[in-house]
Amino acid sequence: MSILINRNTKVITQGLGATGLFHAQGAREYGTQMVGGVTPGKGGTVIDGFPLFDTVKEAVSRTGATASVIYVPPPFAGDAIMEAVDAGIELVCCITEGIPVLDMVKVKQYMQGKGTRLVGPNCPGVITPGECKIGIMPGYIHKPGKIGVVSRSGTLTYEAVWQLTNVGLGQSTCVGIGGDPVNGTSHVDVLRMFEEDPDTEAVIMIGEIGGSSEEEAAYFVKEHMTKPVAAYIAGVTAPPGKRMGHAGAIIAGGKGTAAEKVAVLTECGVSVATSPADMAAALLKVYKPDGLKVAV
Amino acid sequence: MNIHEYQAKAILREFGVPVPDGHVCYNGASAREWAKRLGDGPWVVKAQIHAGGRGKGGGVKVARTAEEVRNTARDMLGMTLRTHQTGPDGKVVTRVLVENGCNIERELYVSLLVDRTTSKVTVMASTEGGMDIEEVAAETPEKIFKEAVDPLVGLTPFQCRNLAFSLGLTGKLTGKAVNLLQGLYTTFVSCDCSLLEINPLVVTAEGDLVALDAKFGFDDNAIFRNPRIGDMRDYEEEDPNEVEASQHDLSYVSLNGNIGCLVNGAGLAMATMDIIKHSGGNPANFLDVGGGASIERVTEAFKLILSDKNVKGILVNIFGGIMKCDVIATGVIEAARQVSLKVPLVVRLEGTNVAKGKELLAQSGLNIVAADGMADAAKKIVQAVATA
Repeated sequence: MSILINRNTKVITQGLGATGLFHAQGAREYGTQMVGGVTPGKGGTVIDGFPLFDTVKEAVSRTGATASVIYVPPPFAGDAIMEAVDAGIELVCCITEGIPVLDMVKVKQYMQGKGTRLVGPNCPGVITPGECKIGIMPGYIHKPGKIGVVSRSGTLTYEAVWQLTNVGLGQSTCVGIGGDPVNGTSHVDVLRMFEEDPDTEAVIMIGEIGGSSEEEAAYFVKEHMTKPVAAYIAGVTAPPGKRMGHAGAIIAGGKGTAAEKVAVLTECGVSVATSPADMAAALLKVYKPDGLKVAV
Repeated sequence: MNIHEYQAKAILREFGVPVPDGHVCYNGASAREWAKRLGDGPWVVKAQIHAGGRGKGGGVKVARTAEEVRNTARDMLGMTLRTHQTGPDGKVVTRVLVENGCNIERELYVSLLVDRTTSKVTVMASTEGGMDIEEVAAETPEKIFKEAVDPLVGLTPFQCRNLAFSLGLTGKLTGKAVNLLQGLYTTFVSCDCSLLEINPLVVTAEGDLVALDAKFGFDDNAIFRNPRIGDMRDYEEEDPNEVEASQHDLSYVSLNGNIGCLVNGAGLAMATMDIIKHSGGNPANFLDVGGGASIERVTEAFKLILSDKNVKGILVNIFGGIMKCDVIATGVIEAARQVSLKVPLVVRLEGTNVAKGKELLAQSGLNIVAADGMADAAKKIVQAVATA
């Protein structure tokens, strides 16, 4: 098992331009059921085997897709998310980087009470190794297994996954929640899913400066999780007041520092890696692959 | 992106938020003339730089006569202002704002920002105007009042009244506060702000509410639909390397160390800085070349890193996913040749086509140290810089 997606998940791509097509092809090669695309005005045509539809609603009714991946450019991406929500898509992964934050504020409000889960924006996507890949991550670094991975960063997630694969630990599902200040899914949301997933035995959580998502996650681990969790927080050396690449990675008003997050995580029983080279090692301190939780 | 106070006040005026009458001036004579045109004094002369704490640094002064306005402006223009936000080098004042003074009875605080926890715009108000709001939040949180705004409805009059009464405003001031707060919210949404802070918001002896200072932050991702805001960008106020980087779509932040970093991905770039520090070195910059870095972009990134005279070595850390390692290797070799690299270069490649990438680097004839893994890379560059 896994969380969010598996081999039965049918996925449509919103925004099948050059980038979207490239990644849709990559996902299909990985074995994902990529069943079509939505490009307004091009409905009825086919591009490289992907049937195109004018609207998400039509794509859903014709293909039975329950997931969507969005590569639509930033000015139109918020609208694309809402269209997917309106069409009843269960899981939306928004890869697009650079969506205005006030657009996301509206999108979040629009989603209230509706059944869609949004992952992202500004994220690499979600992968259940060996079964389904939605997004831009390189498939081959992953290996099916029992470790859940959740992260605000793309390449840093690959780094963690690579370390896990190299020590022989496969992954149940890897979720990139994205680097934006307003996003669809938080660390806590994903931790809760991993805790409930019978096939996830331990979790690596990757965070960074800015906001308080990691602190909330730390308290969640302490109060609700039985599975071992390791973490790494990027940005110990980041200066205050400067945006470090991601829109959400900024220490504002003295809040959101890495030191603060590391302290709370440690206090809540999470095994924190002090170096990004030691993420898998930090997990092995609290997790033995036979599934037993060991004392820190 | 940030703007100057005089620009901020011009925007507020447009949205009906009361601000003192004033004008930006570039020399003493025009400051005197504008003072006369604005009123009978007293006036306030305010240095225009992108940093707070100007008052303590001598950047805000009251003048009683037009002649005094001229002298004050003349003294201020060209001076280097150092505040707790400018860094030790300070900022040179090239323009001043001359505005009418007002009779302050009370100083309040109002700000709007996107609250990440609720995913909503939140209006924050406090009775402790003129103070550092972070201190107020830490020491007397009961003096801060908040209203979260439903984005589909907007800031409602009752929410404004809640805030006004919490601030102890009564009578006609309540209605004025509702207008002012709604004006601020409209400004915030129309201009895609990330922060809008009025500190202080003053109650005058005449019974008016006036925004005496204004600080804006804008969402860089929304500048495309606010071209007028984009035009207000003052490149002189920014780090020249960061300006150069933004023109090449590179995400760059300069730091104080001596090891330049070139990385793909923001998280990995931060982690690379951290591991350099962890290994006993000091990073000179944050630099994310992005997902689709071409040879040109890698070359520009190298030039940028080397334009920092403190850089004594470079660490390239690439986790090639979609980006293939052989392409990156070609870019690094090309760039190293173009800039005739003289400092030690350590390259760590991982991911797609890594063997081919490493082979290219080894065959290049350039003095490139290959590394296996992040820890090894950091160790090698720290050593290389220490012995150079």
